[in-house]
Amino acid sequence: MCLPARPNDWPSVPTLNQIEMIQVENLSKDFGPKVAVNNVSFSVERGEILGFLGPNGAGKSTTMRLITGFLPPTAGVVKVGGNDVTEKPIEAKRLMGYLPESAPLYTDMTVEGFLGFCAEVRGINGADKAKAIDRAIDMCFLKSVRHQSVDTLSKGFRHRTGFAQAIIHDPDILVMDEPTDGLDPNQKHEVRSLIRRMGQSKAIIFSTHILEEVEAACTRAIIIDQGKIVANGTPEELKAKSELANSYIVSISGTEVGAVRDKLGSVIQSAKVTIVNDKAPTVVARVFPKKAGTDGELGQAIFAVAAQNNWKVNEIKKEEGRLDDVFRNITLSDTKTQ
Amino acid sequence: MKSIWTITKRELAGYFNSPVAYVFLVIFLLMTAAFTFLIGQFMDRNQATLQPFFMWHPWIYLFLVPAVGMRLWSEERRQGTMELLLTLPISLWHCIIGKFLASWLFLTLALVMTFPIWITVNYLGDPDNSVILASYIGSFFLAGAYLSITSMTSALTRNQVISFILSVVICLFLVLCGWPPVTDVVETLAPRSIVEFVAAFSVMPGIEQFNNGQIDSRAVIYFLSVIGFPLFATSVIIRGLRA
Repeated sequence: MCLPARPNDWPSVPTLNQIEMIQVENLSKDFGPKVAVNNVSFSVERGEILGFLGPNGAGKSTTMRLITGFLPPTAGVVKVGGNDVTEKPIEAKRLMGYLPESAPLYTDMTVEGFLGFCAEVRGINGADKAKAIDRAIDMCFLKSVRHQSVDTLSKGFRHRTGFAQAIIHDPDILVMDEPTDGLDPNQKHEVRSLIRRMGQSKAIIFSTHILEEVEAACTRAIIIDQGKIVANGTPEELKAKSELANSYIVSISGTEVGAVRDKLGSVIQSAKVTIVNDKAPTVVARVFPKKAGTDGELGQAIFAVAAQNNWKVNEIKKEEGRLDDVFRNITLSDTKTQ
Repeated sequence: MKSIWTITKRELAGYFNSPVAYVFLVIFLLMTAAFTFLIGQFMDRNQATLQPFFMWHPWIYLFLVPAVGMRLWSEERRQGTMELLLTLPISLWHCIIGKFLASWLFLTLALVMTFPIWITVNYLGDPDNSVILASYIGSFFLAGAYLSITSMTSALTRNQVISFILSVVICLFLVLCGWPPVTDVVETLAPRSIVEFVAAFSVMPGIEQFNNGQIDSRAVIYFLSVIGFPLFATSVIIRGLRA
């Protein structure tokens, strides 16, 4: 499947040259005494796909609603393509496509009618409208349900219709709240690759609580917890924060637990050795490095120890770190206090 | 302006995509006919006038207009489509007016479809058609006033039934507070000035003027303000929901 190009003769959507497409500065939102978003700042550039992670109720949806202008902020500024969302909402909204959580749709319309309505509201009319609808239907695999009423669609098709609505005007900026929620694994894969491809030319923010999705589709991820940003970096940078990052799993035969622990523990580069599995004749141990950056040396040292002691090494594997560990460590504090 | 019409078209299509529109039109026409001929005794009066037809409109509309308008915003809230609508590049005012116009046009269609009664009275006698036209205009404004109130009540809740009941109650108040059988009783209990002040809010005096063939600018201004204020309140309520 290839991405149909945006027709050249579309007049309605202004194209932007500036790099910072979304700028969020000191954004806060209170609901009564509850602080949903607390002094959040970040920006998204063209060509970036930003994954928004966080436990339920962390403020992901609220942040997206603030960016898209659905909710007014209590404090702070959101600029979309240079337009302040509070002061120039129409201009800002014109640049954005938004897929709200659980993809609400007008159920009394057909898929085609609904997409036509969204196109018209965005000022796309006549032949351009027909082109825009065809393009969105193609990209979201909706051909088979084109003339079907939305309330007869399955969840996957509904979601894709919501997605089609968000990209109907080929926006420079896409904001999506859990775009793969409720899809089957194949559809998730499709949506992710669609996001990846669109991300080359757009600025995209999407929220999720599926961590593999971040690794599969994002160029950068933000972890938000209790309304605050607690981590911001590429998926690799975040993974490196894992305790397990750069540790080695070694599976050894022909020795016993005590020897493995002693010998590997005395390697200069290792900070700690834990025994993962001990089923004779095989011992599986995890060796943690003393400090980051010495990981290659640690691997060499492990091999050297094994050779000295005539251990049979079945397997040695370096751990890159796991996002779910990082996620849990960073966001666990509130689960504990509850 | 174009976006208002886009919203209006969508809403109107929404009525006709479901059986609701047709059920409503049939019930409206049956009810107006029943009230005119059975209770209003149109035939027995032997007068070439549509008085027995128009006199029931404030009462028939009392239930039918809230039924048409109750879904305007409550359904958007229930389905979550409000988030979609309000993040499109159109102003809230365009949405409110577009939706209101759709329902008003629909009610106007229902009103226009009562034309056989106009043909009947012209066939049987020689009525004053200018009075009939004024009465139709009055009925059109009355529907708009009730509808505007329903727009406001439907923004208040995600439940259509609550929206319907609230709207009926408010509209009923606007009818009763200036309806002589009620004001006559209340006058024995409260000072006349208070009764008159409250009665000034009623739709009845204006409607009676229209039904007598007068198009009074004060009545027109009254109806426009009864349409305008609740629409303004609708925008305040919706903004408040998001704050």
